[in-house]
Amino acid sequence: MKIKPIHIFIVLSLSFLIYSFSIYIHPIYAKPEANINIEKAISGRLVWQKYNCQSCHQFYGLGGYLGTDLTNIYSAKNKGEAVIKAVILTGNDAMPAYHLSENELTDLMEFFKQTNQSGKADYNNFTIYNNGMIERK
Amino acid sequence: MIKQINFGKLFFAFALLLLLAGIVFGLLASYVYINPKFLKDSLGFSALRPLHVSLVVFWIILGATASVISSMQLINPNAFSSKTVALQLALWMIAITGIVIGYFNQEFGGREYWEFNPIWALPIAISWLLFLYNFLKTALKIKNWPVYIWMWMTGIIFFLFTFIENYLWIFPYFRENFITDMTIQWKVNGSLVGSWNQIIYGTAFFLMDRISGNNKVGYSKLSYAMFFLGLFNLMFNWGHHIYTLPTEYYIRYIGYIVSMTEWIFFIRIVYSWRSTLNDINSNYNYYPYRFIMASDFWVFLNMGQAILMSIPAINIYTHGTHVTVAHAMGTTIGINTMILFAACFTFFSNHSKAYNKSNKRLNIAFWMVQISLLIFWISLNIAGIKKGIWQVTNSTISHHDMMKSLMPWFQTFTYSGVLLLISLAFLCITILYHYIKSIVNQKAN
Repeated sequence: MKIKPIHIFIVLSLSFLIYSFSIYIHPIYAKPEANINIEKAISGRLVWQKYNCQSCHQFYGLGGYLGTDLTNIYSAKNKGEAVIKAVILTGNDAMPAYHLSENELTDLMEFFKQTNQSGKADYNNFTIYNNGMIERK
Repeated sequence: MIKQINFGKLFFAFALLLLLAGIVFGLLASYVYINPKFLKDSLGFSALRPLHVSLVVFWIILGATASVISSMQLINPNAFSSKTVALQLALWMIAITGIVIGYFNQEFGGREYWEFNPIWALPIAISWLLFLYNFLKTALKIKNWPVYIWMWMTGIIFFLFTFIENYLWIFPYFRENFITDMTIQWKVNGSLVGSWNQIIYGTAFFLMDRISGNNKVGYSKLSYAMFFLGLFNLMFNWGHHIYTLPTEYYIRYIGYIVSMTEWIFFIRIVYSWRSTLNDINSNYNYYPYRFIMASDFWVFLNMGQAILMSIPAINIYTHGTHVTVAHAMGTTIGINTMILFAACFTFFSNHSKAYNKSNKRLNIAFWMVQISLLIFWISLNIAGIKKGIWQVTNSTISHHDMMKSLMPWFQTFTYSGVLLLISLAFLCITILYHYIKSIVNQKAN
């Protein structure tokens, strides 16, 4: 049988769908995060989006470029919940003050706790392999 | 009345207005890097950035839509029903108006690049469904598709799929596991860009067919091979965005291996460089061709950069830095916008003889775009590399001080951005001016 463009298109599309759905089902078998109130954390993600924090800040280097990476802000030295809340409510040189409600702040803190538990976002802790791939030490 | 309107041109005109507005907001946003207090307590960077990004993304998507509508109507004058195209445009206008008003009122709620309230995704999705319906209705009547129709079809279908996938986060299930959520978010961002690239590169193939006067390019085996390689990358190379994210190994390896197939594109560009140079000499004064050639140059630079950035060992130095911004600007302005300008100058050519012969002002604007974009691109890359070294070497310098040390490069990219704005605005206004003048003349006659 002669291979036509439509055959290649169908094979590629089916492979793409299988790959996509294999990723969608990850949360079902992913290890549950300890000491996280999932309900609050997933609401916290929406607070992050509501105030468009991503325009300046990043998680794992993904996001805006004006501010700092906040993946591990929850456990960062001299930071913690009280400092994070104070910065959000009062602002700083570059960041305006944001008037979040108490509930929004609580949810956002739970979300930061979740991002913190997901891994470390520092870049100086990778092993570089001969094939060019990197792995966290 | 509605049947007399050329919707391809109307789409282009609307898209050009979005580009104009998008680059103005881009310049304002870039000034925040020099003076962080600029508009801090009014519009703020949190609104300026999405205003810039969304409007420029809409320019590309609507420009791509306009290119397909105009090209298909050249292939078949009865292609695309006027009523559904009018509805398609009206839905886009409603969505964009709502999105812009929302940004001005500090109403967000979406994800990066799509920060608007998800409600506005609905008219966009319906409009895209109408586009798909109209496209297939015409395309299915054509036998033995040239490669550009394949590219348009895959671009339109995959845009719809990934646009819907872009909103999976609405369901709490997809936000439960943070790493999976981020993986899907960047899978979507990678594939969405790939899907509109398919439409725009398809347009470039179509224009080259028209310029050369034969359809060899559209039916060559090499073109089909390149198309399927591009589609393969659209589907599977997005893992290169998330090497530092602690997601599954296989996702990162698939992203890495598939990205390396882009060397084939790169080698092909270098291989065909000599014949391209000969063609430039003979077609230099024809503007659509010149813009296509400019896009080729930017493909060369950005693809070289993208391939290097896709090597994880290099990626840790560029990830999360302005090198990524340089790549985004180089591709959206250098490649997408150049091809869309080539399409504009082709489809609007009956409005001005100036587009078909050397014109001093257009020449200056053309070269000003290329040179200012190159300075813009280089300064962003230098700022990015410096930040990359800072983040990998565990420097004791604070983020604030590191950003301050990059100031000369931020100033360079902002001031070159002013030149870019002026030159792009001149091109947009020239096309819009001749278009409006032709409508006025038509009415007068």
